Amino acid sequence: MREHEGPDTEDGAAPETRTRALRKRALAALKTVHDPEIPVLTIADLGILREVKIAGESVEAVITPTYSGCPAMNMIAVEADIALERAGFRSRKITTVLSPAWTTDWMSEEGRAKLLKYGIVPPTKSSSRGGLFGKETLSCPRCGSEAVERISEFGSTACKALWRCKTCREPFDQFKCI
Amino acid sequence: MSEDALLVYTLRLADTALINGHRLSEWCGHAPVLEEELALANLALDLIGQARSLYAYAGVIEGEGRGEDAFAYLRDVMQYRNLLIVERPNGDFATTILRQFLLSAFMHPFWEAMTGSTDATLSAIAAKAVKEAAYHLRHCREWTVRLGDGTAESHRRMEEALAEEWPYTGELFESDEVEHVLIASGIAVDPATLKGKFDANVDPVLGEARLARPHQGWMQTGGRHGRHSEHLGHVLAELQYLQRTYPGATW
Repeated sequence: MREHEGPDTEDGAAPETRTRALRKRALAALKTVHDPEIPVLTIADLGILREVKIAGESVEAVITPTYSGCPAMNMIAVEADIALERAGFRSRKITTVLSPAWTTDWMSEEGRAKLLKYGIVPPTKSSSRGGLFGKETLSCPRCGSEAVERISEFGSTACKALWRCKTCREPFDQFKCI
Repeated sequence: MSEDALLVYTLRLADTALINGHRLSEWCGHAPVLEEELALANLALDLIGQARSLYAYAGVIEGEGRGEDAFAYLRDVMQYRNLLIVERPNGDFATTILRQFLLSAFMHPFWEAMTGSTDATLSAIAAKAVKEAAYHLRHCREWTVRLGDGTAESHRRMEEALAEEWPYTGELFESDEVEHVLIASGIAVDPATLKGKFDANVDPVLGEARLARPHQGWMQTGGRHGRHSEHLGHVLAELQYLQRTYPGATW
């Protein structure tokens, strides 16, 4: 973090400037929180960090679950809280909202690129019934071959399916679109 | 318990999701192949997640400080309001798949319709659940065809499962005075209006699976009013064991 964003120099600034600086600081802190099950992605990459609210010196981070039963949500909330505490916020609140329902369309381009590099095929854009029930075409994240087959609709986490490349014979994960 | 219609309705949905999720989780360690182990556990996770959101909302409606755990762990059989089909014993893999197929064929259009509920919380829960139900339906549909149109043995088992489970589908479309009030105000969906969509989900798949759709026949009912089969008590004995034995135990 650059020096002029530090807590000391923010004191005494005009209220709007102060709020803007606090929001920036909170965002920078929250962008260090990773998904415990897909550590290559931050909660900002995933699009589950919905909003950062600043009221006076207090901060509220609004997050939304990917799947209803996502077991990572509690841990993400705890880690977001710790990140904000480390960034110097004394008054913090982490709120979980269900609406609007999370969609893989909210995953950032940067997040998609990171996933692919990590070996997980990113979700196709515009998740819809067509995408869900239509024919899926994807290619192996390692060798690029399109000769792939689905091994299992459900993988190691709720958000992934398991595939296999028939060319390089390697199995790989696909981030399902919802 | 308060007879508030919205509370009863929310608990019916929550209990159905919880017991369905619990039953599916019983497959953990017993599924025929590893992929199905993962799949059934994932379905269970979605359903228990839906149940948690619904119980949390029931606690808000009731306003007496009961949380999701109190509803799940500290109510007895007669206070549960789930559909009877979800408390049925798992049986063999064919029976579990067939049952889950029939249920998902209803739940997908149900949650889809509930996204339009005038109740903001139920609509939000539905918007998440409908996406999950779509995956459940797709998965069970594929297996229904594979087993029904599979070997002589898998076909026989699917036929038996269909005959066993079909009498529990009638309850899906029932509504009572509790729901009529909510249907009128746009909070609840009249399940009878979903019959066409259920049929459209079920009939082509049964055809492809070479399974004859049973005649409508006599249907089981009672779960939504607390009248259960003997099986629910056994489910709760396991589900509630820890909280009943060590009240207030926490991690």
